[in-house]
Amino acid sequence: MDDAVALEGEHEEHTSTGLPTQKIAMWIFLSSECLLFGALITTYLLYRGRSTVGPYPNDVFDIPFTSVSSFILLGSSLTMVLALSALQHGDLRRFRIWTLTTALMGAAFIGGQVYEFTTFAKEGLHLDTNLFGSTFFTLTGFHGVHVTLGILMLLSLVGLTYSKKVTEQHTLSVELVGLYWHFVDVVWIIIFTLVYLIPDPSGGR
Amino acid sequence: MLSMNDATETNAEIGQPLKAREHPEAAHPTPRKYVNIAIVLGLITAFEVGIYYIEALRDVLVALLIGCMVLKFVLVARWFMHLRFDSPGYARTFITGIALAATVYVVVLLTLGIV
Repeated sequence: MDDAVALEGEHEEHTSTGLPTQKIAMWIFLSSECLLFGALITTYLLYRGRSTVGPYPNDVFDIPFTSVSSFILLGSSLTMVLALSALQHGDLRRFRIWTLTTALMGAAFIGGQVYEFTTFAKEGLHLDTNLFGSTFFTLTGFHGVHVTLGILMLLSLVGLTYSKKVTEQHTLSVELVGLYWHFVDVVWIIIFTLVYLIPDPSGGR
Repeated sequence: MLSMNDATETNAEIGQPLKAREHPEAAHPTPRKYVNIAIVLGLITAFEVGIYYIEALRDVLVALLIGCMVLKFVLVARWFMHLRFDSPGYARTFITGIALAATVYVVVLLTLGIV
């Protein structure tokens, strides 16, 4: 009976380790993402304080604004686990509410990033202005793309609940999307500290 | 290396379904526990932003911020990503990726005299 449920629902395939292949694949993917973001963060640090022309980080960063964005993204990790918890308890209505809330918070974060990028551009910082501009926009831009993809995955999950393609039996699918979402959150935790909060050696704040 | 069929046969030999041999995974925490973790994360973030503005902490600012960053990373990975409760195999996979990335990029930064 359990096998029949598994076949109709999740199609969980187990390896000789006894762990679901989908979840192992997601963790391997996230590990590879560590290398991608590691390269981008390292490049930022490598060129930090080496711009010969402005604007410099201390000229453009708005720490209170970015702090609010960080709180929003951190909060979205909470709503994501609450969505998974709701589905694990068979509460599809709460699952939809928490998943949509997570997507909305992600959208608010992206909205903040678009506003920040626009403001920086108005202050004269573009991708090709200086080393700071190139490395900053590349790093945070890649992160923003990841958040955007996460939002699309979350909205897809909610949409699929209405066509019964995601039900109470599909907790693994939701858990995988959740893992991706939490990963973009931990990447932001690193970016917020290393890029925004640690003072730039080129001077002042 | 066992193929899927081999694994199934091996499993049949010992007379139990493969899923039953999974690593034991503890039950996930309650929503209240998740909220508590989120509050702690929020407080750490508020602390980070607060110390950013305190001139007297300038000498230890970087160390404090890095400490807070690592603490937040570990809290999210262990509680929200369930590494605390899931099979250690997932944690090993993730830590391998982080260690590989950290090693490669720290070597790069050391080689170029950045750190």
